[in-house]
Amino acid sequence: MFQLETAENPQKLRRIAIDPVTRVEGHGKVTLLLDDADRIHQVRLHIVEFRGFEVFIEGRPFWEVPVTVQRLCGICPVSHHLAAVKAMDIIAGYGQLPPTAEKLRRLMHYGQMVQSHAVHFFHLASPDLLLGFDSEPTRRNIVGVAQDFPDIAKQGVLLRKYGQEVIRHTAGKRIHGTGAIPGGMNKALTVAERDEMRRDVDQMIEWSLASVHMVAALHRTKPEFYNHFGEFESSMMGFVDERGALDFYHGGLRAVDNTGKIIFDHVDYSTYEEVLEEEAKSWSYMKFPHIRSLGAEKGWYKVGPLARVQACDFISTPLADLERKKMMALGNGKPVMGTLFFHWARLIEVLHAAELIRDLLDDPDILGTDLMADKGERKGEAVGVIEAPRGTLFHHYRVDENDLVTFCNLIVSTTNNNQAMNEAIRSVARTHLDGRKVTEGLLNHIEVAIRAYDPCLSCATHALGQMPLEVDLIDAEGNLVDRGRRNMGPER
Amino acid sequence: MSADTTAPAGTPRLVVLGWGNESRGDDGLGPALLRRIEALGLAHVTAIEDFQLQLEHAMDLDGADLALFVDASVAAPAPFAFTETGPREGLTHTSHAMAPEAVLDVHARVLGRRPPPAFVLAIRGDAFELGTGLGEAAAERLEAAWDFVRPLIEAPGVGVWRGMLRG
Repeated sequence: MFQLETAENPQKLRRIAIDPVTRVEGHGKVTLLLDDADRIHQVRLHIVEFRGFEVFIEGRPFWEVPVTVQRLCGICPVSHHLAAVKAMDIIAGYGQLPPTAEKLRRLMHYGQMVQSHAVHFFHLASPDLLLGFDSEPTRRNIVGVAQDFPDIAKQGVLLRKYGQEVIRHTAGKRIHGTGAIPGGMNKALTVAERDEMRRDVDQMIEWSLASVHMVAALHRTKPEFYNHFGEFESSMMGFVDERGALDFYHGGLRAVDNTGKIIFDHVDYSTYEEVLEEEAKSWSYMKFPHIRSLGAEKGWYKVGPLARVQACDFISTPLADLERKKMMALGNGKPVMGTLFFHWARLIEVLHAAELIRDLLDDPDILGTDLMADKGERKGEAVGVIEAPRGTLFHHYRVDENDLVTFCNLIVSTTNNNQAMNEAIRSVARTHLDGRKVTEGLLNHIEVAIRAYDPCLSCATHALGQMPLEVDLIDAEGNLVDRGRRNMGPER
Repeated sequence: MSADTTAPAGTPRLVVLGWGNESRGDDGLGPALLRRIEALGLAHVTAIEDFQLQLEHAMDLDGADLALFVDASVAAPAPFAFTETGPREGLTHTSHAMAPEAVLDVHARVLGRRPPPAFVLAIRGDAFELGTGLGEAAAERLEAAWDFVRPLIEAPGVGVWRGMLRG
């Protein structure tokens, strides 16, 4: 049993619901149960909308899936596109991709990494970090950052834009791209497209490096706070290449424990079910994956930037590797575990992705026209895995003799982080809320911890007026005492 | 992007941003209307579709004389609302969906220029389940919105548009 997961006498306790968490993709809900002395007894992050992804995919022709899955999530369509196509390469019987095809896929993926991380940090996280957790709520957004740090806001927008342009040039379109197809790519890069991206990439690297330095400077202002906010011990998982270097696109699975000791290494991801297991809990629609050999209570782990940059032995580009070493030095030989290190790691990954983009654009292979692999024997089952911006993303398919998908299992990054996010908010609740009168600023501490993981909780719809935040305070008799509400904008 | 046809001299340059996910029921109202606008092939119109309104759309508004945001809405009166809006700071943001007001505000702050006059066509939607298309009621509202907005797209003008506000 996890501490603070389930209260002994919940009917006697007050309940506070944060529903949904603001500035998080989709719908999430946090409930806190407190007694009359404001002591915390239970903290849970709930997923309130069932995703239904697998049902959406099953029954479709396999060759259509890399395009269809982009509609699962409007936030990271490229990640689903590439994870699916990696599986469908195998289903369709294709072998090793030609160098140009793999490099174009990598370029697309690195563009996604830059744009996704940029919007998260500059748009969602930096307001909290730069303005303080207890700052005036209406200023705790990018507008406030733009006022106080105008260059950071502008660079964030332009980094995002640059990442989108890389995706457009490689996928063919800004959205609904069909760049990657089973067996390779269907679009070569032109010299003009390469030159356009190359023209701006050094600037992107410079801004990325400056953003890493900004977070490091922020850390120096309150090191104890940044080291320990939302801190908890956990294992971590991510891709590494054959040398042990971080790899976003392809590699073997590595898991390390809270001391950095390897639990498993270079695991072929097609055998993921041998090392990972998913557990269901009655109070959440989202499953709780864990390392099979360690069991549910000890085997949970985290994925995403903070896990990846610490699970690997090194980063293959020089600037990002240097910044990784600086961050990890704060752990004195052990991995750093404070939740806010996610932001630091995320920006190191932006820097790494920008350096990788430059290196690919300087590689003559990127302009090649050999885009398809040789075709061999068709398969009935395959797994495709990628390190999406938010963490490891699994796509597992079975296809029948009519080319229709009969089985689909997706383990998205946020599911991999389910237990870790719950542990993060419990840590924050213990440290910052327990025994205190709950205020808006204190509740924002919970949200800060969740946002650090950049969760994509439901890939929900984004219609205007659809995503308010409601905080209900309910007394021990179940009566509504107070309700706070804030919207993403005026209702229409 | 729209097809290249000749625009009458002096026609304002219009950027239309329509967003939503057509695999999520009525969330597809924005893209559906946007496709009709694109099919008109008007040279003075730049039509941009996306899954959601985002930071970079602030840059897409650069050089526009007029902006139109088109989306499904859970709160608009049926069949649709047509309102004028402008940059506004202090809104809560999600990276899932920026509000038009926030995009206009980012435009002003990042580019240092006043954003163009901007209007929102919010078409009422009811159901947003994954794997479903437009509902019957939403499809009817799409027709009503199209009949309303088509002449405004073909001959855009701030004064005319202000006289057509509703909802």
